[in-house]
Amino acid sequence: MPKVSMTVNGKEVSGNIDSRTLLVQFLRDTLRLTGTHVGCDTSQCGCCVVHVDGKALKSCTVLALTLEGANVMTIEGLATDGKLHPMQEAFRENHALQCGFCTPGMIMTSVDIVNRKGNKLDEQTIRHELEGNLCRCTGYHNIVKAVAAGAEAMGK
Amino acid sequence: MSATGVGASVRRKEDLRFITGRGQYTDDINRHGQAYAYFLRSPHAHAEINRLDTAKAAKMPGVLAIYTGDDIAADKIGGLICGWMIHSKDGSPMKAGAHPALAQGKVRYVGDHVAVIIAETLAEARDASEMIKVDYKVLPAVVDMNDAVKQGAPVIHDVSGNNTVYNWHLGDKAATDAAFAKAKHITKLDLVNNRLVPNPMEPRAAVGDYEPGTESFTLYTTSQNPHVARLVLSAFIGIAAENKLRVIAPDVGGGFGSKIFIYAEETVCVWAAKKVGRPVKWTSDRSEAFLSDAHGRDHLTHAELALDEKGKTIGLRVHTKANLGAYLSTFSSSVPTYLYAPLLSGQYDIPAIYAEVDGVYTNTAPVDAYRGAGRPEATFVVERLIEIAARETHTDPAQFRLKNFIRSFPHQTPVIMAYDVGNYQASLEKALEMSDYRNIGKRKAASAREGKLRGIGISAYIEACGIAPSAAVGSLGAGVGLWESAEVRVNPIGTVEVLTGSHSHGQGHETTFAQLVSDRLGIPIDNVSIVHGDTDKVQMGMGTYGSRSGAVGMSAIFKALDKVIAKGKKVAAYCLEASAEDIDFKDGKFSVKGTDKDIDFGSVALQAYIAHKFNGQDLEPGLKEGAFWDPTNFTFPAGVHICEVEIDPETGVTRIDRWTAVDDFGRVINPMIVEGQVHGGIGQGVGQALCEGAYYDKSGQLITASFNDYCMPRADDLPSYNVGMTQTPCPSNPLGIKGCGEAGAIAAPPAVINAITDAVGHENVAMPATPLAVWRAAQNAVARKAAE
Amino acid sequence: MYQFTYHRVDSARKASNLAEKNEDAKFLAGGMTLLPTMKQRLASPSALIDLNSASEKLAGIEVKGRNIHIGAMTRHYDVANSKDVQEAIPALADLAGMIGDPAVRHRGTIGGSVANNDPAADYPSALLALNATIHTNKRKITADEFFTGLFETALEPGELITKIVFPVPSKAAYMKFPNPASRYAMVGVFVAKKGKDVRVTVTGAGSSGVFRAGKFEAALTAKFHVKSLEGISATAEGLNSDIHADAAYRAHLIGVMARRAVNKANGK
Repeated sequence: MPKVSMTVNGKEVSGNIDSRTLLVQFLRDTLRLTGTHVGCDTSQCGCCVVHVDGKALKSCTVLALTLEGANVMTIEGLATDGKLHPMQEAFRENHALQCGFCTPGMIMTSVDIVNRKGNKLDEQTIRHELEGNLCRCTGYHNIVKAVAAGAEAMGK
Repeated sequence: MSATGVGASVRRKEDLRFITGRGQYTDDINRHGQAYAYFLRSPHAHAEINRLDTAKAAKMPGVLAIYTGDDIAADKIGGLICGWMIHSKDGSPMKAGAHPALAQGKVRYVGDHVAVIIAETLAEARDASEMIKVDYKVLPAVVDMNDAVKQGAPVIHDVSGNNTVYNWHLGDKAATDAAFAKAKHITKLDLVNNRLVPNPMEPRAAVGDYEPGTESFTLYTTSQNPHVARLVLSAFIGIAAENKLRVIAPDVGGGFGSKIFIYAEETVCVWAAKKVGRPVKWTSDRSEAFLSDAHGRDHLTHAELALDEKGKTIGLRVHTKANLGAYLSTFSSSVPTYLYAPLLSGQYDIPAIYAEVDGVYTNTAPVDAYRGAGRPEATFVVERLIEIAARETHTDPAQFRLKNFIRSFPHQTPVIMAYDVGNYQASLEKALEMSDYRNIGKRKAASAREGKLRGIGISAYIEACGIAPSAAVGSLGAGVGLWESAEVRVNPIGTVEVLTGSHSHGQGHETTFAQLVSDRLGIPIDNVSIVHGDTDKVQMGMGTYGSRSGAVGMSAIFKALDKVIAKGKKVAAYCLEASAEDIDFKDGKFSVKGTDKDIDFGSVALQAYIAHKFNGQDLEPGLKEGAFWDPTNFTFPAGVHICEVEIDPETGVTRIDRWTAVDDFGRVINPMIVEGQVHGGIGQGVGQALCEGAYYDKSGQLITASFNDYCMPRADDLPSYNVGMTQTPCPSNPLGIKGCGEAGAIAAPPAVINAITDAVGHENVAMPATPLAVWRAAQNAVARKAAE
Repeated sequence: MYQFTYHRVDSARKASNLAEKNEDAKFLAGGMTLLPTMKQRLASPSALIDLNSASEKLAGIEVKGRNIHIGAMTRHYDVANSKDVQEAIPALADLAGMIGDPAVRHRGTIGGSVANNDPAADYPSALLALNATIHTNKRKITADEFFTGLFETALEPGELITKIVFPVPSKAAYMKFPNPASRYAMVGVFVAKKGKDVRVTVTGAGSSGVFRAGKFEAALTAKFHVKSLEGISATAEGLNSDIHADAAYRAHLIGVMARRAVNKANGK
């Protein structure tokens, strides 16, 4: 089986994997980083969003082998030194999660939105930018609030 | 009110693990040596299996075992059950066909389970599945309910020659006919309640495990009610005795009803674990979920509302055909009957109601409870009829509702329910105010200037929740009682574990329940842990659905806390050398009445376990109490939602401009969480109204089998919600709670359709009101105007 | 997915050499369509030739005279956010920003999208309307000749798109009506004017993929103004019908999107 090496949440990792292995499978099954979820098989739900080289990607739609040498960050790597990331805090503070299943992907997407669009985000922009992430519990209302609040907090 | 007590918007205790990726969902659980199951599913909607050849597949790499219906039968594993008996009008019991976990000779819908392949990896199991040869004799399929009940239609189950499970009815036909005979105006309506796929974001999953040393099974599963799953798997399906079967429902990623039921896959996984001698894991992918999760709704209804000369509602009659799919799922029979027709009185004084419901088999996935379960269907009938009746009689829809609301309580409807308390007028008036209803004309004119159509729609809903009194549901055919259990375990240093039979899959019980405990015991909320979802920890419970966890589950905790406090008083009496009758308990302190002698809760807990001061058997050591709570009535949450839409007539795109919700949930423990439940419910209700719909083609293939075709509401499809509340505390439980989980999904669909029909100026808009449907309606409106 | 052999290549030449040796090999660019298709076991290439390590050579945006050159491995996100594209052909940047969702745009490539020629994809409408030229490792193909049918192109086995060259128009705009479920184009209309030449192309609607709307083009050639489209409608014949839109509705939307695109191109 071919070998792949990459950096995940700051750590060098490698594994011999079946060519078919998707990034999300490498994360969940090989590395046991089960915070990244799989909610669909057509690249729509966004439960699997992680950052690859600083950009949000759907880890269910990329082969692990493609990412040789890449820098991957998952939800488990977002908090640093035991301190929650401002977007994580904002999700908790604004009750932007219920069952929690979409939450890791939602938070990783939200951080990516701020990285691209800055710290002042209006409601319409946030709703549009969340196009690739489905939530079935919240009706999005509190997620939108959380992203706005998290974006501001990230600027401080 | 303390910062963490009852009534406070406490931030959720469970969130830390979810926002850091440390949740433990079923698919996150990996057992040593686990193998993977893949289900070979029927590609045909209706077929006999002439021959099933697994020989070649069994030799594929990594394959450990392949099982079929014959193996299930040989092991005497029972079929899946439907736990609610419905009797037809003529008194005959419903006609339930057998529902084997793996097909035995016949498949009845696309996705039906033909065989299971268990292999070292999922890919190998799936590779092998393609090597199984199945010789099908394809039979004609029927997916349309009207076709299914016609003479000569394909027979899906031999027990039901006309594909009719039951012809059920409720209410007084003669009285209703009499009301219609004297009516001055009759409003008639034909409507479809569109078929939905629940789609919790976490797909179903199961890990079955068997320990030969103790001859015991463990099943990890995505369940809303692990104890009911154990009961069914044990008592009916026959996997193992209850004491040898542990069911764990860990973090569950949403359910919305679809994870109440006991499905073929978890049954097979736990059964196969012993046969293969390895833990067996199955995780549904979304494509499988579309095919095999129980769907929701799917009604065809004709309804008529009778008014007298003053525009007062005097009679309602309803005939509904309910699609139950190819097999009766766990609670499917009750959804279009007892969870539906008893709500047809809505918030209105309607003296005569008669409802008939035909439950119909079709070659489609089983249909069962989905958020609201029967009550959204009833509300849609009532609120569409009321709206149209108001328009037809040239009455403002708000005024029409005010005129017909029930004003005095308790109120006995003609369809079973005794509404205990409510103030429907207050909710409507508050919602009208919040939505700026009075200026809708100006806003319509402003939209018109931009070439847009604006409309407003009211929905005044009621639901029966807190399901429910065991005696009541038992008399209506339920196979189980619907009480709830709780156990409060006080540790020696005064921290508390609460074991509850409710299950949380997004509802935030770990926080809300802890608030109640913290508040009553006067201890910090961090000293309270809520334990649920494991049959080895919690002895018995009925789970979470029907907005019952607050009203029933928390009432059980409340009752157990009463017992803890009573015992604590006895312990305190020993410590303070007083009589137990003289002990008060307040703010975490036991004190002797009229003195300054007191002892805090933690010290009492410690003394209860040290037990040095107790006198022999007068007082048992320890501080642990259990309680079961069985309410005396359903609860009746009710409220008013108002939706305002703006439509682009050129494209048919509907934009929801404003949403106002005013709900009466009785007493509220955590307003933040309750509002979140309202938001989510509205989101799903708007989804049903605007975009979601499951469609089968004539041959029984599901056309909407992925998120590419089944439209899930996204962030930019939905508005922000303006949520308000009124409160009339529920008298049938000690907390005054009514329940909030389903309200939004019940209220929203008619609010949206009433708004759209208001905007386009006529009533013929079906759900889902997609751009295509609304464009057509808008075109018709334009054409009609031109003709006038 | 079915099993396949994985090849990582760092140049177009190596990619095409490998492809010529493996008849049913497929190039892997962004993989936004290919991988989901393989996951559903609807495609079973014997080998995947991964172009992502060749991105340095195959990606990038350059303005050369009155043309914009976009490397085949350029991600949608980079096209959408390119200052050069935004200045020269803002309609193209807009279009790239409407593909999929942000995560898809970070990964999906123009070359992959064009080679796939999904009838509901956005890019084909731009290439056809802007009269772009597709450069491969073997030749240059005009957009008119490139798109040959549903998921069909003029590409030969082993032939690899290296870049796409867009002439800069005087005016252009893209209007998309997304499918409510998939968010692919249910109807997407690209209008472009270069000198006297006006093109109106439609994606998402046609049962044989992207096409030019001749009636609209003729009307707008006379005068590039929305009023020129009064009374002009698309015919439903040859358009797709499904649960989200029947052919008549799609035909109607072509008119609406075309008028809105013309207004936008005219700065209105």
